[in-house]
Amino acid sequence: MPFTLSELATANSTDKDYLWTLNFGPQHPATHTTLRLILTLDGERVVNAIPDIGFLHSGFEKLSEDLSYNQYVTIVDRMNYISPLANEIAWHHTVEKLMEIELTPRCKYVRTILAELMRLHDHLLNVGTTGLDLGAFTVFLYAFQQRELIYDICEYASGQRFHSSYTRVGGMLYDVNLEWVNKVREFIKQFPKTHAEIHRLLTRNRIFIDRTKGIGVLTKEDAINYSVTGPLARASGVVRDLRKDEPYLAYPDLEFQVVCAKEGDCYARYLVRMQELLESVHIITQAIENIPGGPINVDPDGKAVLPTKTDVYRSIEGLIQHFEIMMPNRGFVPPVEELYAATESPNGELGFYIVSDGKPNAYRARTRPPSFIHFSVFPLMMKGHTLSDVVAVLGSLNIIAAELDR
Amino acid sequence: MTIEEQLVQKFGANAFEFSQFRDNHRAVVAIDCLLSVLTFLKNDAGFDQLSDITAVDYLDFPDAVDRFGVVYILLNTQTGERLIVKTFVNDPHPEVPSVFSLWRGADWLEREVFDMFGISFKGHPDLRRILMPEEFTAFPLRKDYPLRGRGERHNFPVITRAES
Amino acid sequence: MAVDLPENVFMTQLDAAANWARSNSLWPMPFATACCGIELMATGASRHDIARFGAEVMRFSPRQCDLLIVAGRVVMKMLPVLQRIWLQMPEPKWCISMGACACTGGVFDTYAVVQGVDRFIPVDLYVPGCPPRPEQLLRGLIELQDKIKKTGTFTGHEFGKRTLPEGPLPMAADEIRRSKQEQLLFQADEQ
Repeated sequence: MPFTLSELATANSTDKDYLWTLNFGPQHPATHTTLRLILTLDGERVVNAIPDIGFLHSGFEKLSEDLSYNQYVTIVDRMNYISPLANEIAWHHTVEKLMEIELTPRCKYVRTILAELMRLHDHLLNVGTTGLDLGAFTVFLYAFQQRELIYDICEYASGQRFHSSYTRVGGMLYDVNLEWVNKVREFIKQFPKTHAEIHRLLTRNRIFIDRTKGIGVLTKEDAINYSVTGPLARASGVVRDLRKDEPYLAYPDLEFQVVCAKEGDCYARYLVRMQELLESVHIITQAIENIPGGPINVDPDGKAVLPTKTDVYRSIEGLIQHFEIMMPNRGFVPPVEELYAATESPNGELGFYIVSDGKPNAYRARTRPPSFIHFSVFPLMMKGHTLSDVVAVLGSLNIIAAELDR
Repeated sequence: MTIEEQLVQKFGANAFEFSQFRDNHRAVVAIDCLLSVLTFLKNDAGFDQLSDITAVDYLDFPDAVDRFGVVYILLNTQTGERLIVKTFVNDPHPEVPSVFSLWRGADWLEREVFDMFGISFKGHPDLRRILMPEEFTAFPLRKDYPLRGRGERHNFPVITRAES
Repeated sequence: MAVDLPENVFMTQLDAAANWARSNSLWPMPFATACCGIELMATGASRHDIARFGAEVMRFSPRQCDLLIVAGRVVMKMLPVLQRIWLQMPEPKWCISMGACACTGGVFDTYAVVQGVDRFIPVDLYVPGCPPRPEQLLRGLIELQDKIKKTGTFTGHEFGKRTLPEGPLPMAADEIRRSKQEQLLFQADEQ
């Protein structure tokens, strides 16, 4: 039997009546989240895919105009909920650039470690659910077991396992201690074992290779033209990583490599992610042994950073400063300016464009969402593939609905 | 030669208003020559990637003259250079030429700006709402739209136990 | 249920047997929209293992499920989908509203987010938290099993009795007032 109905169509059949339409989502297990596809099919082959999004549009950018720079971090958390801390770091990176705050070396290292842990978090879920969708349930369980350990590390540092809201302008909510450092050390010591197990399960698995190799190819020119960034672009041969190109935090001090591939198919994207996991572990290994001493927050005289709780409870100056920042109609004010700054989040370039009118809350804070931009490439990637490849391509794109729709 | 000098050489000094803040280089362009400037930047100056398109509603902004600002964030993937190009449009029919023909990535970004601000893009092949439902009439990110909406979020039928 | 019995006939032993069976083999329909969905996945994954409570059979087809777990915020565009899924599920069915956003709208008090799914569909159990820990969800599941054991009947007529929605009014008083004001302003503009 042929795959496509067009082969059966006779000369006198009317214009393309062999095509049929399939609705995919918005509530479908393979979408993981809420997005909808309207697929035009010729038998089993996808002729056209029209994405329909907005099923999780919750007005993040409108909320940013209502909340202060420190408050909005709780909302930013919920944007890419696979790697919450990476969003916080990106948001406060932009705010600190706007206010020209230079972080303390200790804070830079702690943030770097957390950002890399979040990269592990994101890539593990992506690899796990790609395996789940393509019929390898075990990988999902292995990946989630490691994710739980990262949750524990976040919980130990901030008190919340999922949405930590851990960064503040000019520092962190609390300092980390030796126990936390030991936890991270333990984690990175045992992680390569699970990584090797996932490798053994998937990388040379015949079924997995057949379902991902040559599927959803994105060429280098298209990747640049469609604004694609992050692991997707690197799997297509675009050598670009903001950690190297526009260094921030402690990345200039640390040694790591940018992982790239040439093929640009789902298998290459999987391999890039797997290798980035190891690079992240390598970065954490260097950073965790070299955390500098000293304070975690910059000097609070700058009127932007919250004083420590001890100061608030024990000295009048600390209390006044706490009130100056926390009370409504008070708070610190950045200059009346506009600024774009971006960081390399696990998914790609996560940037913020802040317009400030000299008030404690942003006049407008635009997010450059990598998921949104990556999903617009989906129809191009899907042309000519079969229906079962939709799941493989969606899995390799790593679309997070809350970041897609905001 | 910096990108500012190249632009001045090509279009003259009067067409632009350059500024720099931290590491952001910005150029404000009049709406008439926006498309030719962006075409020049894409084809001759090597800005091959469009990082982002966004808009800002300057309704409540102190000392603002124009209503909307449309912002293009460009990136040269070879050198890592960024340039922010900005233009202003006004009510009642804010319209900007579409850059879909230059960067295909502009497709959804322009649709989002249209959805959120009601700025239409002339020449865009498929300008529909992207995030809000089709039947939605307002433009939520405009400053005159309240944060909590106008009651649209409550406008649904209620299903009770007996009905289900 | 199709069994019609007069009101004064009670079948206590039959009820108990049905409740025992139903409460220990709940098949969840994970309506996972946002962050809570990841915690729902974590609940199903290795460390927390929802299978210990007989609810591991996550079915993504509403026709096969009897427990709807609304995990995550529901927005204007998604609510009709949620209602349709609820209507497609066969009786007897229950609904857990998981997380602050599904219960009340949570931090997202914006134009697009529905302020609590209980305004539009019936909810049996609320699990607070943003997002709730997997342990909290498991506790909620145990509570729901308890509720089914205590109040369930073989015929399922307890569902038919609750004709009013249990949540707050669909429109809060201040919003009615505001929309009226806006209407007046609009009329004034026209004149």
